[in-house]
Amino acid sequence: MRDDLFELLWEGLLETLYMVAWSSVFALIIGILLGIILVVSEKGGILEAPIVGKIIGTAINGVRSLPFIILIVLLLPLSRLIVGTSLGPTAAIVALSIGASPFLGRIIENSLKEVSAGKIEAAKAMGATPLTIIFRVLIPEALPALVRGMTIAVIAITEFTAVAGAIGAGGLGSLAIRFGYQRFREDILIATVIVIILLVQIIQLSGDSVAKAILKKRHLG
Amino acid sequence: MIVIKDLHKTYTSGSSTITALDNINLTIDKGDIFGIIGFSGAGKSSLIRCLNRLEEPDSGSIEIGGKVLTDLSGKELRLARRKIGMIFQQFNLLDSQNVFQNVAFPLQVAGYPKPFIRERVREMLELVGLSDKEHMYPSQLSGGQKQRVGIARALVNEPDVLLSDEATSALDPQTTYSILELLQDINRKLKLTIVLITHELDVLQHICRHMAVIEHGSIVETGTVDKLFMDPVSYTARRFVSIIDYYRDKRSIMEGLGAGI
Repeated sequence: MRDDLFELLWEGLLETLYMVAWSSVFALIIGILLGIILVVSEKGGILEAPIVGKIIGTAINGVRSLPFIILIVLLLPLSRLIVGTSLGPTAAIVALSIGASPFLGRIIENSLKEVSAGKIEAAKAMGATPLTIIFRVLIPEALPALVRGMTIAVIAITEFTAVAGAIGAGGLGSLAIRFGYQRFREDILIATVIVIILLVQIIQLSGDSVAKAILKKRHLG
Repeated sequence: MIVIKDLHKTYTSGSSTITALDNINLTIDKGDIFGIIGFSGAGKSSLIRCLNRLEEPDSGSIEIGGKVLTDLSGKELRLARRKIGMIFQQFNLLDSQNVFQNVAFPLQVAGYPKPFIRERVREMLELVGLSDKEHMYPSQLSGGQKQRVGIARALVNEPDVLLSDEATSALDPQTTYSILELLQDINRKLKLTIVLITHELDVLQHICRHMAVIEHGSIVETGTVDKLFMDPVSYTARRFVSIIDYYRDKRSIMEGLGAGI
């Protein structure tokens, strides 16, 4: 072990957290929108529009079928356009957000579909508008499942940041490759792996406890 | 008053078409408790769900309180639905909201101010006997209590009509009885028209004044509940009533025997 280890790790961790946090926020916003559109537009949905749903569904499948590393390469021009560079953590956020949002869209779609049709019908029978049904019935009723799904997605984004590190995004993944692999610094490789494992555990535990707290409040846990 | 004219409804699944409602004509008086009875799959659920257009009829018209529901478009329909309460077999309460919030929901949808909502919700909870359960969540309540919340929620906006979609079918007989008593009480106090569908004869017998028998999507018999029990004409009504007759005969035989010994 050398004395630059902690400094490097700390820097890598901050970069990773920066990427994970912002990518999660953007991917969540886009993913929630996609998930809601998928659910309400399907046949028998509260804003039935099967063609819209089909188009979005196909686009989601298209993006999801690309390996993430290829998606980053494809999105490099877009990163350059939005943040002015295709290197570094900020550039990676563009690719990470776009890469993760279709995945989130599907997760959110599945969670929202768990809300029983009867509850939606009851709201319809009261004369509620589709927007009221989305925000007062669909989302609150699905909240515990949504939180669990988002936890999975944030962990997936953490994994993606490590991959993005391989092509110049910075962060812990880049550290592991540049030092651990290319310069034979085993100490850094092992330390990086440990930090990533801990990070994933913390995310999972926080997600679980939030979901549990919601269920407990509703006396469902 | 509710007037249903020439109502048709078919379902298509793949290449086959199933007729759920076939030329339904019904008139239900204001303030009546009207029961629609039939076996599973007879079309009674489709019929009641057409009344507030949770299901769209293929043709025909529905008029409730002078408003032709089948002519209304999106926004008008939503406004009309506020005056039609509905209760369900599975209660359909929101698990994310406590009792108070569940009952307040229709008023929030209608855009009433908070102080009014608070007062009105408390009134309703008192009416259904759940004043002490305001802060509880649906998962903490029994089936009967959940249906009471459902009733409070359905009535909080002072509807002219209450639709009951098998509201007691998931409850035990004693709870069923108490819910029926409550509905009867509300009918009397609020002069509310109640339309209920059921496959339970005792529900009809307990609270309904008029009824219709539905068989394969058609109304085969209408009249007072007394008439159904004393002089059933349709196959469905005879099947239902024959069960009671069987026990009446059995009892008279057994009592007869007892008297002989």
